[in-house]
Amino acid sequence: MNEKAIADFVYEEARLLDAMQWEGWLGLYHAEARYWVPLEWQQQDPVLQPSLMYEDVLLLKVRVERLSGERTFSQKPKSRCHHLLQAPQIVECNAETGVFKARTSFLYTETRGDTLERYSGWASHELIAIDGAFKIKLKRIDLINFDAPFGNIQLFM
Amino acid sequence: MGAYRNNIDAVRALVRDSEVHRDVYIDAEVFDLEMEHLFPNSWVYIGHASQLAKPGDFITATIGRQPVLATRHSDGSVHVLFNRCPHKGVKIASEACGNTGKFFRCPYHAWSFKTDGSLLAIPLKKGYESTGFEESPASIGLTPVKHVKIYRDFIFAKLNDGGLSFEDYFGESLSTIDNMVDRSPEGKLVVQAAPIRYMHTCNWKMLVENQTDTCHPMVAHESSAGTAVKVWTREKGDSTDTPMAVQLYAPFMSPYEFYEKSGIRIWPNGHGHTGVSNSIHSDYSQIPGYFDKMVATYGEARAKEILGETRHNTIYFPNIMVKGPVQILRHFIPIAVDKTLVESWVFRLVGAPDMLYERALMYNRFINAPTSIVGHDDLEMYERAQEGLRSNGNQWVNLQRLYEDGEKSDVTEVINGTSERQMRNQFHAWVKFMTQDMTERAEAAE
Repeated sequence: MNEKAIADFVYEEARLLDAMQWEGWLGLYHAEARYWVPLEWQQQDPVLQPSLMYEDVLLLKVRVERLSGERTFSQKPKSRCHHLLQAPQIVECNAETGVFKARTSFLYTETRGDTLERYSGWASHELIAIDGAFKIKLKRIDLINFDAPFGNIQLFM
Repeated sequence: MGAYRNNIDAVRALVRDSEVHRDVYIDAEVFDLEMEHLFPNSWVYIGHASQLAKPGDFITATIGRQPVLATRHSDGSVHVLFNRCPHKGVKIASEACGNTGKFFRCPYHAWSFKTDGSLLAIPLKKGYESTGFEESPASIGLTPVKHVKIYRDFIFAKLNDGGLSFEDYFGESLSTIDNMVDRSPEGKLVVQAAPIRYMHTCNWKMLVENQTDTCHPMVAHESSAGTAVKVWTREKGDSTDTPMAVQLYAPFMSPYEFYEKSGIRIWPNGHGHTGVSNSIHSDYSQIPGYFDKMVATYGEARAKEILGETRHNTIYFPNIMVKGPVQILRHFIPIAVDKTLVESWVFRLVGAPDMLYERALMYNRFINAPTSIVGHDDLEMYERAQEGLRSNGNQWVNLQRLYEDGEKSDVTEVINGTSERQMRNQFHAWVKFMTQDMTERAEAAE
């Protein structure tokens, strides 16, 4: 549960996403986890301020199950994604309090058919250790252009 | 040479009783004519007065392609002005919103204007002496948009002088805005948040039509709403409370019979709404404390009447949709013939519990966002339509569902909820406001 372990965890999450191993990716999330993409600069409140996403594990499961659905027409053809991560910056690594936090600058590319879209920003991970393994309590994605009008963003940053 | 400019008959011929020609969606010249005629002839939504809370506050908008701004003047009045310096044409306000202080100042030559648009000062004023400057339109300042109406804080404007008054244009359709405002225990709405913005690579009318299309949700949204219901059924265990999220998703899977019975009401000039007697918004859980507050303001009978009105989507022709029960206004802003910007705004009901605002924000990101799986279903269909319409197999789009011979236009009626009558209603209005200021040229039909 050292700093390197936090960084390795962040890389592993991105690897699972890029490999489209959705079930393995969901397995990294704590049952009470949230996945948050704010719509405001340095946003504080995910509930009474607007967000692009603020989802619990149930809703993430819906997304994952949908991706392989027979009638999920926006996934015909399928999307693919790629994460290019800077070395995670360890914000907190405290085994006593059980608080582990990292902030990672990223370039995210999502592609489908002939189109390719690129997004950049910072991913913040808040982890807890359970039985010697990390689980994600909160993943927060701050895009540099959170307020831009995007087309469909179908996968996970 | 295009086929439609200066050819009123060709424009009229694009719309038949129960079908429209594909060019209304894919022809760039038709789009140009919409910008030049349809939007300037219509009452177009600019914004909400709560976005202009203090003197000096401004918002920017476009009517068709023309940039405008709305400002709050020091005396409290709201002004809608062309967003153009009268000197060299530079846009005065470049941001979506802001506060300009006591005056606007052009960044190019420092001409400055009061917040009602009137000219305040010009540097080197002497240079204009004995030039006849006071006779020039530039001496007035920022040109006002003449036809402006603020209805219960909703700001609308019309560019052209001709055509209908605000009241004649909207008529009874304003009852949807009334109901949304009345849902506040203080009779007041505020915009507190930036809109969710979403770029659609399709024609703007596809989105407008989709708002009253009740035969697509159970088909197109099986992937999102259907999966949400399936996953919840599997995962809920002993839970008896359906989460707010599932309550928002599940009604999209309602069967055809549900929509047939819930009805559509059409109004003159292209306005209309789904969910007359029942809607996908009817069965949300009560928000603790809300009804009591409504009763305290309105009395029990009136409170029940207000909350019993659960209209689904109301189209205000040409390009906004209002959803009263979740306090959302979607603005479909045409950018190009195949590109539409959607701004989805959430209103907060002043005096209502936070949870109502929470639900409205949640609905907005679940259904209307570029990160919404429901939104993904819809955009995929619009994009496929935008491409498919190029096929020469059939050049007409069919809008015939529940069409009856001798169907009247510009009337108020309540009809079967799966009818395409509201789309026909919109296209009747489309022809009307497209051609209202076009010159008749009988010979051009040949």
